[in-house]
Amino acid sequence: MPTLPPRPHFGPSFGLGLRRPHYQDFLAGGVPVDFVEVISENFMVAGGRPREILRRVRTDYPVALHGVSMSVGSADGLRGDYLARLRALVDEIEPCIVSDHLCWTRYGAHNSHDLLPLPYRAETLDVVCANIARAQDVLGRRMLIENPSSYIAFSHDEMSEWDFLAAVVARSGCGLLLDVNNIHVSAVNHGFSAADYLAAIPYEAVEQIHLAGHTQGCKGLIDTHDQAVPDPVWALLRLALARAPHAAVMIERDDNIPPLPELLAELDVARAIAMEELASCA
Amino acid sequence: MRLSALQSAFLDWLADGDEDEAQSLPLRRAAGLAVYQNNYRASLMACLVETYPQTMAWMGEADFRAAAAHHIDRTPPHSWTLDDYADGLPASLSAQFPNDREIGELARIELALSQAFVAADAMAMKPAQMAGLDWDAAWLKVIPALAILPLDTNAAEIWMALAEGQVPPVAQEQQKASAVLVWRQEEMCRLRRIDGDEAAMLTLLICGPVLLGQICEQAVARWGEEKGILAIGQWLARWIGDGLIAVTQA
Repeated sequence: MPTLPPRPHFGPSFGLGLRRPHYQDFLAGGVPVDFVEVISENFMVAGGRPREILRRVRTDYPVALHGVSMSVGSADGLRGDYLARLRALVDEIEPCIVSDHLCWTRYGAHNSHDLLPLPYRAETLDVVCANIARAQDVLGRRMLIENPSSYIAFSHDEMSEWDFLAAVVARSGCGLLLDVNNIHVSAVNHGFSAADYLAAIPYEAVEQIHLAGHTQGCKGLIDTHDQAVPDPVWALLRLALARAPHAAVMIERDDNIPPLPELLAELDVARAIAMEELASCA
Repeated sequence: MRLSALQSAFLDWLADGDEDEAQSLPLRRAAGLAVYQNNYRASLMACLVETYPQTMAWMGEADFRAAAAHHIDRTPPHSWTLDDYADGLPASLSAQFPNDREIGELARIELALSQAFVAADAMAMKPAQMAGLDWDAAWLKVIPALAILPLDTNAAEIWMALAEGQVPPVAQEQQKASAVLVWRQEEMCRLRRIDGDEAAMLTLLICGPVLLGQICEQAVARWGEEKGILAIGQWLARWIGDGLIAVTQA
């Protein structure tokens, strides 16, 4: 694996999710992004075309590994076979970032294949921090944890999501992947202030910011990642970048994927916002 | 409610959608609960639809989705990777349609193709290497991305016709034992029908590295010296041309 130059530290970097319709664009090279992000599990396979494509893309772009199945909220711990596979991928790809979600996807023998919400209480904090510590130990590196979207809230919550995240960072030493679309979706669904959420984040831990779109459901917003980034999410990006000006910013489009130029144009909007925030800080 | 009890109850509710179980969850805001039920079933259905396109084409989309929903109702996912959820459908289809055996076999073919797509890489022997190889000392094995599926029906011909956009043949039972060979060559998954004799010889290589002499001994024992050696020579040339063979040590 070639050693790529370290990303610049004077400002944010900008990336896109690497998705199947754009494989050929990235393999051809020259796509104006600083990094790409892939769903880790799609490449935690023994071999074949997916792994080969990732190897080839990695020769031209730094890669961030973003997981959906680690399940740091599982009360019965993490799966060793999952961690071993992820470690093997990390060793081969040498990613710039390894992340997963503040959620649970599995308990016992059953999996949900969805990012399920956690009750925010002391017992959960113990579980999450123990699991993150084990993951970071096996992976031999710091992980980033992403705030989830949620559609329900638990009656025995003891703290807010933002206080919970801050406690996770303080106890586990992990970093944060701040998804400002998820903050907007959850804020609308649960009736809290996204600005309050952002004000309480420990920004020294924020290394990455996700941008995405969502859909209006019959009982609230749904985090579908199948739409362009909407204005309220751009506004939250501006607030977040004012406090985390060195974060790696990326657009996460998972469905209804448009041609690459459309996503690059959206990324240019993010760049412009970042430049404005950097200028206002100078 | 302890976290372990909550997670167990939540997964039970996801799997069966029971309203009483939903009521037992400690929620202060439950309006969006149905989103999780929808996500769960939609992701499992999407996995099955994506893995079995020709089985769905053969059955018709409505019937396939009904059979897949029946499977989802009874089979919660166990693996951390959604791709593994496809593994159980062929047996489920065989059980649901015992009188239409080609349905289960079509699904087994598609599962083998999807597994070959991401199987471990291996350095396959090239035809140009045949002349320089010390055949007496070379241990031969097959690549990891290979499977032999015994078939009782003409599911392989149905699959090939559907994949090429042609009208598939009528389903029928096979009169003679046969199998379909599924493998990946470079990045392309392929399949071809093989007879029982070729399947038996290739299975020797699947079971472990063997010397050419050992395969020849088996062939001679089955078909006599002249016919046995000739058959192995022809098969080996084709296997190497198809990228099925790896040499482990010489």
